[in-house]
Amino acid sequence: MADKSISRRELLRSAAVTGLLLPGALAACASPGGGGSRTPAAAATGATSAANPLGIAETSPFEVVIFDGGFGDAYARNIHQPLFAARHPSAQIKHSATKEIAKTLQPRFAGGNPPEFVNNSGDNAMDFGALAQDGQLQDLGALLDAPSWDDPAMKVRDTILPSAVELGTYDGTYCVLNYANTVWGIWYSTKLFGDNGWQVPKTWDEFTALCETIQKSGTCAPFTYAGKHPFYIYETILTLAAKIGGVEVLKNIDNLAPDAWKAEPVAKAAEAFAELGAKYLLRGTEGLDHIQTQTAHNKYQVAMLPCGSWLENEQKDTTPADFGYAMFPLPSFSESDALPYGTLHSRPGEEFFVAARSANPRAGMEYMRAMLSKEGAGKFSELVSTLTIVKGAADGRTLKPGLRSAAGRLKEAGENVTYFRFRQWYKELHDEVAAATGQLMAGRLKVAQWAERVQRKSDEIKNDTSVKKFTRA
Amino acid sequence: MSNGTKPPFFMNRTAFTRARFIIGFLAVPVLLYLVYVISPYAQAFSIAMTDWRGVNAEPGFVGAANFRRLLDDNVFWTAVRHNGLLLVLMPLGTLVIALFFAFLLNAGGPRGVSGVRGARFYRVVFFFPQVLAVAIVAVLFQQVFRPDESGMLNAPLMALGLEPVGFLSDPGVAFWSILGVLIWQAVGFYVVLFSAGMASIPRDLYEAAQIDGATRGRLFFRVTLPLLWDTVQVGWIYLGIAALDVFAIVWVMTAEHGGPDHSTTVMAAEIYRNAFQYFKFGYASAMGVVLFFFTVAFAVVALRLSRRERVEF
Repeated sequence: MADKSISRRELLRSAAVTGLLLPGALAACASPGGGGSRTPAAAATGATSAANPLGIAETSPFEVVIFDGGFGDAYARNIHQPLFAARHPSAQIKHSATKEIAKTLQPRFAGGNPPEFVNNSGDNAMDFGALAQDGQLQDLGALLDAPSWDDPAMKVRDTILPSAVELGTYDGTYCVLNYANTVWGIWYSTKLFGDNGWQVPKTWDEFTALCETIQKSGTCAPFTYAGKHPFYIYETILTLAAKIGGVEVLKNIDNLAPDAWKAEPVAKAAEAFAELGAKYLLRGTEGLDHIQTQTAHNKYQVAMLPCGSWLENEQKDTTPADFGYAMFPLPSFSESDALPYGTLHSRPGEEFFVAARSANPRAGMEYMRAMLSKEGAGKFSELVSTLTIVKGAADGRTLKPGLRSAAGRLKEAGENVTYFRFRQWYKELHDEVAAATGQLMAGRLKVAQWAERVQRKSDEIKNDTSVKKFTRA
Repeated sequence: MSNGTKPPFFMNRTAFTRARFIIGFLAVPVLLYLVYVISPYAQAFSIAMTDWRGVNAEPGFVGAANFRRLLDDNVFWTAVRHNGLLLVLMPLGTLVIALFFAFLLNAGGPRGVSGVRGARFYRVVFFFPQVLAVAIVAVLFQQVFRPDESGMLNAPLMALGLEPVGFLSDPGVAFWSILGVLIWQAVGFYVVLFSAGMASIPRDLYEAAQIDGATRGRLFFRVTLPLLWDTVQVGWIYLGIAALDVFAIVWVMTAEHGGPDHSTTVMAAEIYRNAFQYFKFGYASAMGVVLFFFTVAFAVVALRLSRRERVEF
């Protein structure tokens, strides 16, 4: 490609000379610039010092783009940016927020003019696999080894959860900051449970017995999930599978191992939830989305639903004042479970990265350092009701009941935390698992067929050379 | 225009002026067409032969690999099948209903020469769906099809003690729900189009046929339809192209964007998914190229089939 006698760029240039500037210029921004070498502009740097360990250019401006989703962008404007500005008053921050990250930014990445700091999140986020493949992600290793914002004697690396480093590592390079820490579990109303004398179940038998009791009582439906988004239920299936068979189960799935989806623990967990789906679901569940089911939960039409710890914040406008959000971990399936009761699916999420080919990447990294301060993270938790990866940042902050419950369960879980990564690595696999799991819950697929289908997709991706592969150890 | 003594200035330069006039009008549109239509098409063909993932500057050339993979892509062929079904059923449903309504509005009255009572009112009502944005229609029907007591269609069913129908959640039903919405949305425009066509059919033809004892059904099939055939063909082609282009209704309205379980997906949705969700721009472009050929083939076939002598009246 590089050795072509006449590159497209040269062709465009000659086209421009002959007066066809307009179409040439447009074509150049609509599609990838052709062969030829491209040298990124030299990144701005400054002298390093105790106050400026990453050596940012104190007067160079930089751009911050925030995904305007569930968290809004107030946390960036009102918490992180003032924090940054207090130490670097001359570095101007150009802030913007969008709901369409990919549409807004993808042309800028393709054009070699990306913003420094990106909150790549939401339904329309850019694909991290593709970004990593193209070297668009700034190596954040220097950030991990820099002294933390609060305590110069402590490295940033030691102030955050180790899983955040693992999850942000692509090809051995730490390059994505997963800032928020999400905890998944089954959510209930302490008021509803208290009024009816229902107890949080600790074993699968207790769980199904509770569902039976609720069903018989006629108070409400026992269980629901966001039927239109089967991720919410396959998440629980996989977490239960990990609890039954250990973290290896999820590692094999993430690594696209042969027959990973046909493993015994996965089948057991899928079977358990398929039965739940057949017996105890809120009527119409498969056609309802997360907001509709969560609102039904708030109206006491259903007792339990699986969700992540963003739930309370998402539902703040429809939750009755005395609802009392709380969550419990997945019940133990049997005596021989590989992981003990209390095991949680918890993983850092909400991705931020610094664009490697931007003009001022150092400033983006320094901005991350500010975010990872106790103050930046703690205030973030208060404002958007979500934990962060910064250890102990939420201590002493006033948290809402649901988040307090999630934080408590996470503390109890200790080391017994599981997660899976294929959702971020291979979106195609995620879509297929979601589609098949929806059918499994509706009783249209048997567990074996479900596993067969998903495994076929996993193998397909494994054999697709155009898709970059990732592995976790 | 002139007083006759001397030819006006512009007559001497007719040819030049005419050329300038035509070029003046055509240059800008042709240029815009080249830049915004032809050049993206050409680019799509070249991107289809790369493994471009959208963010890098130097995509690798992979030849026909994307097309080979496409042959084994079940989801894509499901989408093609759905487009094919839509291509047949959507124009058929829309045209039949629109013709029926238009006939009632124009010749459904007691004596067969005027419309049913309130025809003007209905004409306006039928046109309503046309003025709604597609996204609004999709969101509206999500509520209509809701599977619980809040669903407009399921509420009465559940009140009668019947099981709710999963209009959008049952893979066996969802496609037909989509078809229904597409037809609902398109009918209004064709009612107006056919009404205009029918209004230009001379009344004496109807009267003559009636004197000869034609029933209303015969009137429709022997007089209205043949004289309206041109308009029907135009409608058929428009609707056919619309059926190949279906996207927004499916994307916005269905679970999993074309689900559940790919039961409603269409080619445009697969292109969008592969391009903007999987960031496989090369592969998505290959799909786009296939769609392009389908569309061209449809246009050629449609134009061939519709070549027919015009009925003079």
